[in-house]
Amino acid sequence: MNLGSALGYMMAQAANTTSWWKPIQASAHAGAVDTLFNFIMYLCFFFFVLIVGAMVYFIVKYRRKGNGPERTSPIKGNHTLEIVWSVIPGILLVLIFAWGFKDWLAIAVVPANAMEVRVSGQKWNWTFTYPKEGIVSADLVVPAGQPVKLVMTSKDVLHSFYIPDFRIKRDVVPGKYSVLWFEPSEEATHQIYCTEYCGTEHSNMLSKVKVVSSAKYEEWLANGGDEDGGTPVPLADKGKKLYEQRGCVACHSIDGTNKVGPTWKGLYGSARKFTDGTSLAAADENYIRESILVPNAKIVAGYAGVMPSYQGQLNDKQLESIIEYIKTLK
Amino acid sequence: MESNHNNVPQSAHAASAGGAEPNYINAHKGIWSWMTTVDHKRLGLMYLVGVLTFFGLGGIFALLVRTQLLGPIFGGASGKQEWLFSGDTYNKLFTLHGAVMVFLVIIPSIPASLGNFFLPLMLGAKDVAFPKLNLMSFYVYVLGGIFLLFSIFTGAVDTGWTFYTPYSSTTSTSVVSAVMGVFILGFSSILTGVNFIVTIHKMRAPGLTWVRLPLFVWAQYATSLIQVLATPVLAITLMLLAIERTMGIGIFDAKLGGDPVLFQHFFWFYSHPAVYIMILPAFGVISEIITINSRKQIFGYKAIAMSSVAIAVIGFLVWGHHMFTSGQSELASAVFSFLTFAVAIPTAIKTFSWVATMYGGSLRMNSAMWYAQAFLFLFTIGGLTGLFLGTLSVDIHLHDTYFVVAHFHYVMMGGTMTAFVGALHHWWPKMTGRMLNEFWGKVSCFFVFVGFNVTFFSQFLLGTKGMPRRYANYLPEFQTWHQISTIGSYLLGLGFFITLIYMIQSLINGEKAPKNPWGGLSLEWETDSPPIEHNFHGQPVVNNGPYEFPEIDHSKSNRGGH
Ligand code: HEC
Ligand code: HEM
Ligand SMILES: [Cu+2]
Ligand SMILES: [Cu+2]
Repeated sequence: MNLGSALGYMMAQAANTTSWWKPIQASAHAGAVDTLFNFIMYLCFFFFVLIVGAMVYFIVKYRRKGNGPERTSPIKGNHTLEIVWSVIPGILLVLIFAWGFKDWLAIAVVPANAMEVRVSGQKWNWTFTYPKEGIVSADLVVPAGQPVKLVMTSKDVLHSFYIPDFRIKRDVVPGKYSVLWFEPSEEATHQIYCTEYCGTEHSNMLSKVKVVSSAKYEEWLANGGDEDGGTPVPLADKGKKLYEQRGCVACHSIDGTNKVGPTWKGLYGSARKFTDGTSLAAADENYIRESILVPNAKIVAGYAGVMPSYQGQLNDKQLESIIEYIKTLK
Repeated sequence: MESNHNNVPQSAHAASAGGAEPNYINAHKGIWSWMTTVDHKRLGLMYLVGVLTFFGLGGIFALLVRTQLLGPIFGGASGKQEWLFSGDTYNKLFTLHGAVMVFLVIIPSIPASLGNFFLPLMLGAKDVAFPKLNLMSFYVYVLGGIFLLFSIFTGAVDTGWTFYTPYSSTTSTSVVSAVMGVFILGFSSILTGVNFIVTIHKMRAPGLTWVRLPLFVWAQYATSLIQVLATPVLAITLMLLAIERTMGIGIFDAKLGGDPVLFQHFFWFYSHPAVYIMILPAFGVISEIITINSRKQIFGYKAIAMSSVAIAVIGFLVWGHHMFTSGQSELASAVFSFLTFAVAIPTAIKTFSWVATMYGGSLRMNSAMWYAQAFLFLFTIGGLTGLFLGTLSVDIHLHDTYFVVAHFHYVMMGGTMTAFVGALHHWWPKMTGRMLNEFWGKVSCFFVFVGFNVTFFSQFLLGTKGMPRRYANYLPEFQTWHQISTIGSYLLGLGFFITLIYMIQSLINGEKAPKNPWGGLSLEWETDSPPIEHNFHGQPVVNNGPYEFPEIDHSKSNRGGH
C-alpha cells in the first residue's frame, strides 16, 4: 500500500463520523470537525503502531541473552532515514494545519442572515436576551435550520460558552463582546456548559439550548418567551422554576442551610439584621423586591454584598412569582 | 568492569586501600553541615527529598480530587446532592494539586535534583560554577514552598494553577501568598539556570568538547536557557497581579479598566516554554538510559541535540495555542497553530531516534530501561494527541475539556515523571552507593504504567464527549468513565507507593553498588559510588564520546552516520 492510497483510505474512513464516544452532531459544521478529528486519529493510530511496534519488536529481538557482552551495531545515524522521517510528518502536519484552518474560518465567519441573541454570563448562570422582542430567557430557544449569532459578554469574571453537540465554544469576557454562531440542524434539546473556571458553582453553570420548529418558535416569541404559553400556572410554581433557572439556587438554599447567601426557608415574615446595624421587624414583599433589584441597599449581617442586581432581568410578573414562592417556604 | 576510555587519575585509591575513603555523605557530619553545604551533590540530594515530599503531597491532593469524582453528584440546579467535598473545597484541591505539581515538583524535578548532582560530575568538574549561589537557590526554593504552604493554611487558593484574571484578582482566597510563592520559586529556577549555563561553558574537563557532551548535559543546557529567558516574564506577570489585588490598580480587571485576556498572553508566554522546561530534561534522561542499556551510539546525536535547541526556540512562539477560544485575532490564532505544528517535527525526530537507537543493540532490560520504554509509549500518546489540540477547528471543541487534562498528564506525568523515576533507578546506585531491587522496580513500573493508562486514557474519551474540566460534579452520562479513571488513579498511587518502599529498603540494607553498574562511559561513572567529596582525584581527561561502548562492532561498516 503506498502512502497516497493509505491517506485516501483514511480520509474516506474519517468521513464516517458518528460514534458512541462522541457527542451527537447537531450543527451545520459538527460533521466537518468530526471528519478532521477522525483523520487525525487514524494518522495517530498509524504512527503509534509504527513507533510502539518498532519498540516492542526491538525489545524482543535485541534483548540481551546470557551475561557476556554481545556485539552491537556501529550505526550512528542514517541521513536518508532522518530526512524521510522529518519530511513526511512535516507534510502531513502542514496538511492538518491547512484543513483545520479552513474549517475554522467557517466557524469564525458569521453569515449575514443570522438572527441575533445576546448572551450574558454571570456567576453562575446564563441569561439570553432577544433584542428585538425584548424577551429575557434562561434557556436559549432557537428555530431549527436558522443561523444564530450570539453576542456574549460577562458581568463578572471569565466564563466560556460551550455546546458540545454543536462543536462550538467561546470565552465570555467582562468588558468585551465576543461572537459565536451556529446553525442547529434539527429539533432537539442540547446541553450548554461553562468551560472557563469561574468559582464555587462553575460545574452547575449549565443551561439548555432548545431547538424547535419555526412555528413553535414564533409561538414562543408571541407568548413573551413564556413556555407555559397561555395555560395558567400557580405563581409559586413559576417562582420555583425561576429560582432554579436564574441561578438563585447557586447562592440560596430552601432547606435552611446557608450558602453564599442566606437561606430562603422561613425568610418571609422573619426579622432581619443588616451590616450597617439597622434592622427590620419582618421581611415583607417590599423588602424582598428591593433585595432582588437593589441587593446592596441592605446587606444581611454575616454576608458579603456579592449578590448581583436583577434590575431589568426580571419583570414584575417574575418578581411576584419569586416572592410568592419564598412565601411558601416555611 | 567495562574498559576505561577516559584518563581518570586512580592513584588516591591505592593510597586509601586501608580504610574506605569518606564520600560526600559522611565526609562531614551533623545537620549544620548539610544546611550550610555548598556541595552540589548534597544540594541535589536535598532538592530530591524536597521534590519527592511535594510529589507525595500533590499526589494526595490528586487522589482526593479523583475520589470526589467517583461520586453520585449530578449537577444541575435541582436534584443536586453533595458527596465528599463542596464545590469550594474541590476547587481548592485541584488548584493546590496543579500548583504543587507544576511549580514544586515537575519544574525543579530533574534539573534541580539530578541536574545539580550529575552535571558537574559529567563535566569532570569539582562543583558548579557558583556553589554559594547554588545553596542560595535551594533556600529560595524552600522559601517559595513555604509561601505556597502558608497559603494552604490561610484559606488556600481556588483559582487553578493558571491564576486567570479577573477571577484571581477578585476571589477572597489567599491568592497573594500563593502568587508570591510562585514568584519566589521562579528566582530559584533562574539562579539554577544561570549557574548551569556558566558551568557548562566554563567547567568542562580537558577533551570534553561540545560534541562529546552527554545528551543529558545538552538537555540541561537548553532547559537552562529557557529558564533564564522565560521565568522573568512569569515573575513580572505575577507581580502585576499582586499589585492589582493589593493596590487596586487596573491591569487585568475589566472593572478597573484592565484587560483580562492580557494576563493570559503573559501567563502562557512563560508557561508554554515552561512545558519545555519540564520535558527537555526528561529527553536528556531518556537519551542516556536508552544508549547505555542498548550499548550503542545514540542514533543521530546531532539531530537530537539540535532538535532540543529548535524546540527551545520555536517553543517561545506558540503560546497562543492555549487561547484559540479567547478572542485573540484570527491571524494570531492561525500563526500560533502553524508554529505549533512546526514544534511537533523536532519532537517526532527525537522519538524516532530513540527507537532507532535500540536497533541492533544488546538491550539490558533493567528497571530504568522499563521506565524508559514506558516513557516512549506514554509520551508518544501525549505528543500525538497534541496534534488534535493544535488544529484550530478541532481545538474549539476540545479546549478546556478533559481531553486537555488527559493530554497534559500524558506528557507531564507519563513523560516527565516517568523519565524522572526511571532516572532515579538509573542513578540511584551512584547517588546512594546502594542498588535498588530490580524485581520490585519492574513490579512498580507495571502498576504505574497500567494505572496511568486507565486513569488518563478514559479522560480522552470524557473530553471528546464534552466533559468540561475543573468540574466538581457532572452529568450522569459521564459517570462510568470517571469511575474507571478514579480506579486507575488508585493503581497508579499503589505503583508509586511500592517504589517508595523499596527505595527505603535499599537505603537500609540494599546491596552495595559498584562504581559503574551499567557500564556507562560518561565521567560520573568513573568516580566512587557514592562519589567522594571533591568528585575526582585530580582532573579527569576525556578522549572519547560518551557512547562509544566497547561492545560496538566496528568491523561492520558504519552505514550512513555523521
Ligand atoms: C452570587 C450569589 C447570589 C445569587 C446568584 C443570588 N443571591 Fe440573593 N443574596 C446573596 C447574598 C450574599 C445575600 C445577602 C447579602 C445581601 O443582602 O445582599 C443575598 C440576599 C438576598 C435576599 C435577602 C435575603 C435575606 O435573608 O434577607 C433575597 C430576597 C435574595 N437575595 C433574592 C435572590 C434572588 C431572587 C436571586 C435569583 C434571581 C438571588 N438572590 C441570587 C447572594 C446571591
Ligand atoms: C496520581 C497521579 C495524578 C492524578 C490522579 C491526577 C489527577 C488530576 C485531576 C483529577 C485533575 C483535575 C482536573 C479538573 O478538575 O478539571 C488534575 C489536574 C492537573 N494535574 Fe494532575 N494528576 C496526577 C498527577 C499529576 C502530575 C505528576 C502532575 C505534574 C505536572 C500533574 C499536573 C496537573 C496539572 C497542571 C493540572 C491542572 C490543574 C488545574 O487545571 O488547575 N498531575 N490532575
Ligand atoms: Cu464557569
Ligand atoms: Cu502550550
